[in-house]
Amino acid sequence: MIDQSDTGYVWMSEAEQVDEGRRHFLLVATSAVGAVGAVATAVPFLASWQPSARAQASGGPVEADISKLQMGELMKVEWRGQAIYVVRRSQEMIDKLNQHDGSLRDPKSDESEQPDYAKNVARARNPEYLVLIGVCTHLGCAPMPKFAAQADKEVGADWPGGFYCPCHGSKFDLSGRVLKDVPAPLNLRVPPYYFSSDNTLVIGLDKGVA
Amino acid sequence: MSTETKSSAGTTGLMGWIDARFPLTKTWKEQWGEYYAPKNFNFWYYFGSIALLVLVLQIVTGIFLTMNYKPSSEGAFASVEYIMRDVPWGWLIRYMHSTGASAFFIVVYLHMFRGLMYGSYKNPRELLWIFGMLIYLVLMAEAFMGYLLPWGNMSYWGAQVITNLFGAIPYVGSSLVEWIRGDYFISDVTLNRFFALHVIALPLALVFLVVAHLLALHEVGSNNPDGIEIKKNKGADGHPLDGIPSHPYYSVKDFMGFVFFALIFAGILFFEPTVNNLFLEKANFDPADRMQTPAEIAPVWYFTPYYAILRAVPNKLLGVILMGVAVMIFFLLPWLDRCKVKSIRYRGWLYKSFLTVFVISFIGLGYIGMHKPTPLLTLEARVFSTIYFAFFLLMPWYTSVDKTKPVPDRVTFHAH
Repeated sequence: MIDQSDTGYVWMSEAEQVDEGRRHFLLVATSAVGAVGAVATAVPFLASWQPSARAQASGGPVEADISKLQMGELMKVEWRGQAIYVVRRSQEMIDKLNQHDGSLRDPKSDESEQPDYAKNVARARNPEYLVLIGVCTHLGCAPMPKFAAQADKEVGADWPGGFYCPCHGSKFDLSGRVLKDVPAPLNLRVPPYYFSSDNTLVIGLDKGVA
Repeated sequence: MSTETKSSAGTTGLMGWIDARFPLTKTWKEQWGEYYAPKNFNFWYYFGSIALLVLVLQIVTGIFLTMNYKPSSEGAFASVEYIMRDVPWGWLIRYMHSTGASAFFIVVYLHMFRGLMYGSYKNPRELLWIFGMLIYLVLMAEAFMGYLLPWGNMSYWGAQVITNLFGAIPYVGSSLVEWIRGDYFISDVTLNRFFALHVIALPLALVFLVVAHLLALHEVGSNNPDGIEIKKNKGADGHPLDGIPSHPYYSVKDFMGFVFFALIFAGILFFEPTVNNLFLEKANFDPADRMQTPAEIAPVWYFTPYYAILRAVPNKLLGVILMGVAVMIFFLLPWLDRCKVKSIRYRGWLYKSFLTVFVISFIGLGYIGMHKPTPLLTLEARVFSTIYFAFFLLMPWYTSVDKTKPVPDRVTFHAH
């Protein structure tokens, strides 16, 4: 029996006595089970935000007819909800690609995203046809063509010709390589593609295997 | 009824019946009727109540807009045109909602500036300030998601840019962007979930936070242009000597504020609802086009200061971080400010100068963010961004060395 005079405890009958250990155990056990349940319940709600099966399924390759594309022209093709830029470059445009490596952030495309066959100066299978994902690597706007190597208020001096992003002023050359001192970190991405015939471009596949 | 007794609030009859079952009179008295507010409130103290009015306006007009709006990429743009052209008074309700969004930010920015001037975030109002900042954050999310709903081209590309901001986060960035969009690009799925958040989740959070903001205010008591704690000088009746009950005094004042606000609001609404591209951007009258970014892209004016900071930094991740910090750093104000004096009236020239150049920078950044980036504007944006952050980061220094004036015991007040 507890010495009441020293501890100040009030004597209680067996039935009234509180089992603190048991209370503590029940409290912790209930909280733990409840927390696990709450987390488990949150999972389906959070996971429901992921791309649905339907969104995942729509993303097959697309074909583009490039027979009517003229020298120095840009054509846009939609693939997986993104604009794909196809540019037919003149020999003069291709020759100039080597002349401004110093003003490029990633001239050899070491950091950037492209298939192996596009990891070259022209960033293309065939230098004449440049195929790019028309989505700025900064925040996803569509860069505008400014192919003429003419200085203006937006692109400033020393403009080699290429793409200019109107949103945040990022600049890319005629191979989609990013210039220094702009917000975009990397060169424009190159999608997988191949030419199934002289006039047909297939975007979304590396070669003619489905 | 002879057996009727008074309720604890001292009311009888129907009120007594209610008060015995629900604290109606008690709540009214505590929250407004006998809430003693400083008697020296000035012009800057209109904006809290006006913000509440705008919130009600947005909720009511929003409810009516959902009755005709269709949240799908197929139907959204056409349903907004339908509201504007065919629904009786639909144009009015829609313009009230779009003008209300900008009005909300004007009022909230002025309300926040008041806090900066009079040190309203300082001890003991830190939590009040934090609730206010949370309201501001939810309001930004609410405005951003609402802007996608018309499915105009600026809606589309604005959402594209803002959701891509999360892509800058290392490792998880791109999966996070996919998770937010629910697709590999901004699509019908994105529009539908933004609609759900815009009309249900965020308004609920907003209302909850506004209630918390007001409860905190009425618990701690209002600050005032002198930055004096009026609770320190109480009269024999236990009420602050420099305080007056909010009702009728501030009911009347706030009502006058409402009327003036409504006059200006109606003027904009009826004569220039787009405010020359500012409240509603021209590119948003074209439907969303995945293949074509508008030639001039800018967020609506209330986001442009932060947008200019983002654009000023020639590094993607750093730009996104600085933009986030620029918003979040306001949370730290109560602890960055070391000055013993609250109000600008009794602060020294250092704080006054820093606050002045901060406001100029904020407005300057806002201007730059609305325009296409040119080398000159980018340079200016970098200067203004530096000042913006200097205001906060140097604050512990300049507020502690600043030479302050003695603060009087009682508020400055001239009866009129």
